[in-house]
Amino acid sequence: MNGAAEALLQVKDLRVDFGAHAVVRGVSFELFEGETLGLVGESGSGKSTLARAILRLLRSAHGSVEWRGKDLLTCAPAELRAQRRDLQLVFQDPLSSLDPRMRVGDTIAEPLRVFEPGLDANARARRVAGMLERVGLTAAMGARYPHEFSGGQCQRIGIARAMILNPKLLICDEPVSSLDMSIQGQIVNLLLDLQRDAGTAMLFISHNLAVVRHLSHRVLVMYSGKLVEIAAPDALFNSPRHPYTKALLAAVPAIEPKLKGAPAALRLEEPPAAVRLPAAGCAYRERCPYALPVCASTVPPLAEATTGHWVACHRSHEALIPLSLPA
Amino acid sequence: MIPTLSIDDLCISFPRHGAPIPAVQGVSLSIAPSECVGIIGESGSGKTQVFMAAMGLLASSAAVSGSIRFEGGDLLSADTAVLNRVRGSKLTMIFQDPMTSLAPHLKIGTQLAEVLVCHSGMSWRDAWSSAARILARVRVPDPKRRLHQYPHELSGGMRQRVMIGMSLLCEPALVIADEPTSALDVTVQAQLIELLRTMRGELGMALALISHDLGVVAGLADRILVMYAGRIVESAPALELFSHARHPYTAEMLKCIPSLSGPRLARLPTLAGQPPQPGEQLEGCAFAPRCPRVAARCRSERPLLSPAGAAAVACHFPLPA
Amino acid sequence: MNGVGSDAARRLRSNPAAIVALYTMLAIVALALLGPWLNPNNIEALDWLHVAARPGLQSAHWFGTDRLGRDLFVRTLAGTRVSLGVGLLASVVSLVVGLSFGAIAGYSGGRIDHFMMRIIEILSGLPLIFFVIVLTVVFGRNEYLLFFSIGAVGWLTMARIVRGQTLGIRRREFIEAAIASGAGPGRIIVKHVIPNVVGPVIVYATLSVPQIILFESFLSFLGLGIQEPHASLGTLIAEGAGEMESAPWMLLVPGGFLALLLLCLNLFGDGLRDALDVKEA
Repeated sequence: MNGAAEALLQVKDLRVDFGAHAVVRGVSFELFEGETLGLVGESGSGKSTLARAILRLLRSAHGSVEWRGKDLLTCAPAELRAQRRDLQLVFQDPLSSLDPRMRVGDTIAEPLRVFEPGLDANARARRVAGMLERVGLTAAMGARYPHEFSGGQCQRIGIARAMILNPKLLICDEPVSSLDMSIQGQIVNLLLDLQRDAGTAMLFISHNLAVVRHLSHRVLVMYSGKLVEIAAPDALFNSPRHPYTKALLAAVPAIEPKLKGAPAALRLEEPPAAVRLPAAGCAYRERCPYALPVCASTVPPLAEATTGHWVACHRSHEALIPLSLPA
Repeated sequence: MIPTLSIDDLCISFPRHGAPIPAVQGVSLSIAPSECVGIIGESGSGKTQVFMAAMGLLASSAAVSGSIRFEGGDLLSADTAVLNRVRGSKLTMIFQDPMTSLAPHLKIGTQLAEVLVCHSGMSWRDAWSSAARILARVRVPDPKRRLHQYPHELSGGMRQRVMIGMSLLCEPALVIADEPTSALDVTVQAQLIELLRTMRGELGMALALISHDLGVVAGLADRILVMYAGRIVESAPALELFSHARHPYTAEMLKCIPSLSGPRLARLPTLAGQPPQPGEQLEGCAFAPRCPRVAARCRSERPLLSPAGAAAVACHFPLPA
Repeated sequence: MNGVGSDAARRLRSNPAAIVALYTMLAIVALALLGPWLNPNNIEALDWLHVAARPGLQSAHWFGTDRLGRDLFVRTLAGTRVSLGVGLLASVVSLVVGLSFGAIAGYSGGRIDHFMMRIIEILSGLPLIFFVIVLTVVFGRNEYLLFFSIGAVGWLTMARIVRGQTLGIRRREFIEAAIASGAGPGRIIVKHVIPNVVGPVIVYATLSVPQIILFESFLSFLGLGIQEPHASLGTLIAEGAGEMESAPWMLLVPGGFLALLLLCLNLFGDGLRDALDVKEA
C-alpha cells in the first residue's frame, strides 16, 4: 500500500473490557486509504468487539483510534457524530440490522436525513432509488418492509444504507456469514465493486479464511484479543508464521484432501474460554505444539519478521517443523 | 437388507394465510445401515424439514404425505408411544445450536442419565456412570466433573460433544445431524467432524449429515444428496459428486467455494439470483432462472430424478460424466 | 398501516370476542353521544310526577327516574360521556407522559435512568387516596383536580412498561446501525424506539382505560370527584347503591353500562395484545 501516505485509521493499543474479562487486549494497526484489510479470528477472538470499539459503539478501557487526525475515543459526541458520515458499518445479521417498522427506503435514507437535512424529499428519493439499483435491487422495493426480503436482499439494503454517503471507511462485520453459499459471492463482489467505484477503504471481518484471502490487501489474524500475525495474503496463506494461523489454515475443511484421499483435519484442543486465559505469557501457549518455557513467562511482541509480515511469537524466526497429521 | 431409513415420496407443506406452501415436494431416499449420507442444500431446500418429519418434530400445522420407514416400521403413522420408544434411543438427532437444545436449567449429567433411565430402564446411579463413560468416549476432558455442570458453563464445542454423546447413549441405528457445526468455529468444527468419524468407526451407526457447507460433508459422507427448492436434484457417491457433478446447481455451487490454494481472484465466482422463496411456484425446473445451461424445455417441463450410473440427477441437460 | 400493522389487523379481525367487543363499545359511544337527541329530557330536570319511577318503554322515562325525578336514561348517557371522556383523556395524558419518560429513561441508561426510575418509585409509593383527599381539602372539590390526580397515577406504570420495552430494544442491531449512521439520541428515540415499543404500549393503554374509569368511578363514589348536578357512572352508581332495595334500576342501569363498557374494553385490549404479540415472538 501507499507507505509514504498518512494512514487513514490508526488504532493504538486498544483495550476493551467486559467487566473483569479483557476481550480486546492491546490491538494496534494502521489502515490506508482505499485498502481492504481482512481481520480473521474465531469466536472469542474479540474481532467484533474491536470493530465496535473503533466506532465507539461501546466503551474502550484504553487506547486511541486516530481517524484523520482526531481521536474518535476522546472527541466530543457531536464531533463523533459528524465523523460517522465517513465511517460506516455493515452487520452480520442482515435482518436484525434493519428497523422492522421502517420501510427499507426510509432506512436507506436515514444517513441522508442526518447529514444532508437540506435535501428536499424528491432529491432524497432519487438518491435512495439510485442506491437501491446500485446494489442490485429495484427502486420500487424501497416501499417494502425488511421481513419481506431474503437474507441476501437485506444485506444489500444494509450495504446501500452504509454506502449512500460514500464513506471513507466501511467496516464489515461478518457480512456474509449468515448467507447461503451461492449468495455470498454476490455480496462480496458487490462490496468490491462499490469499493472500487468510491475508493472506500474496508475492514473486512470474517472467520471465513478463503473469502478473506481473495479480497484483502493485508490480513490481520486475531486470537484471544490480540493480533498474532499481520501479512499480505500470499505470505500469510502460503507461509504462515504463527502456530495459530497454521492451525487455522489446517482446520478448514476442504474438498481437495478428500479427493486426494488424504486424512482430514488435525487434532486440536478447545480454545480456552476467556476466563481460563493463562495468567502470563502467550495466550496461545496451552494449545501450541511449539511452546517453550519463555512462552509462559513473556508475552511475545508483534514484531516484523520479514518486510510487511508481522508475527507475535517467540519462535517466529525459526523454521518450525510443520504440524503433522494424526496417525 | 432393510434400509435403516426409507423415505418415499415425502411431501410437506405449511399453511400460510390459508394457502399451503410446499416445503418438501416428492422426496425419496434411503439410508443403508452404517452408511453416511450427506444432505446439502441452501435455505428453502427443505433439507431440515425432511428429517424433522422423520423425528416427528414438524409443526402441528404441517401437512405431510408419503411414507417414512425406520428399520421397516412406519414413522408417520406411528402413535406417540411407539415414536417415543424409537426417538432418542435408536433414532437420534443432533441440532445446530447446542445452547438451545440442551435444557439450561438441568445439569449435563441429569440430561444424559435421563435418556438412559427412560429408554433402558436403568437406575439413576448406573445411568450416571454410563453418562460419564459416554463423555469420556466423546473426548470431553474430566467427565465426572462435567456431569455436574450446567450447559452455560461449557463452551459451544463442548456442548456439541455432549449432544453427540447424548445421541449415542443407546447405540442408535441412525443419527441425524442437522448442521451440527454451523454455529462453531472452524477449529472446533474440525475436531467434531473427526469425532463423528471416529464414532462411526467404533459404533457403526448410520449418519444423516445435513449441512450447507460442502467441506463439512466432504469429510464424512459416503453418498451425497443435493436438494433445491424442496426436491432432490442430484444424488451421487461423494467422490463422484465432487469430481464430476452432474447437475448444474451442484457444479455452480462447487465453483462458488473460494479456495485457500490456487490463484487469488479479483472477483469471487458467484451464482446469479437467489433460491426460490417458499411458496414461489415455478413451471418447469426450479433452478431454471439461475441455470447457465437453461433451455426452453427447462422452463416448461420439470425434470425428474433419473439414475445415471451410481448416481441420479434431475436435469434435462446434465453435465457429462 | 404498515406491514406489521396489517398483519395484526387481520388477526384481530379473526378474533370474534374482540370484534364483538369493539362494535359494542362503538355502539355505546354512539348512544352516549347521540343520547340527547333521542330523548328530550334534561339531566337536571326534575319530574315530580314520576319520582323513582320504574323503567318502561311506554313511559316518558325509558330507564326510569331517580329519587329526585331526574330521567335516568339521559343521566346514564351523560354519565357515560363523562366517564369515557375522563378515561380517554387521562389515558392519552398518561400515554404521552409515560411514553416519553420511559423511552428516555430506557434509552439513556446509567445515571439518568437511575434517577428517573427513583422518581417513579417515589411517586408510586404515595398513597393515592390520601393524596387526593389532602388536595381536595386544600383546593376544594374541583373536577380539574380529578383529572390531575388520575393523570398523576396513570403514567407511572406506562413509564415502567415503556422503559422495559426500550431496554429490550436498546441492544438490537438496528439501533446500533442507527447510531453508526450518525443519528443522535433524540432521533433514535422518536424514529426507532417508540415505533417499536408501540405494540405493548397501545395494548396497555387500552387496558388502562377501564382502570381509569373505575378509579374515577371510585373517587366519585366517595364524593371526591364529579359533583352535582353533573353525573358520571360512578356518581350514579353511588346514588343507586343507596336505593338498591326500593329502586334497583337506579343501580342496575348505570352499573350495567359500566360493567359492559369495562368488559368490552378488556376484551378488545386482550384481542389487541394477542394480535400484536404473535408478530413480536
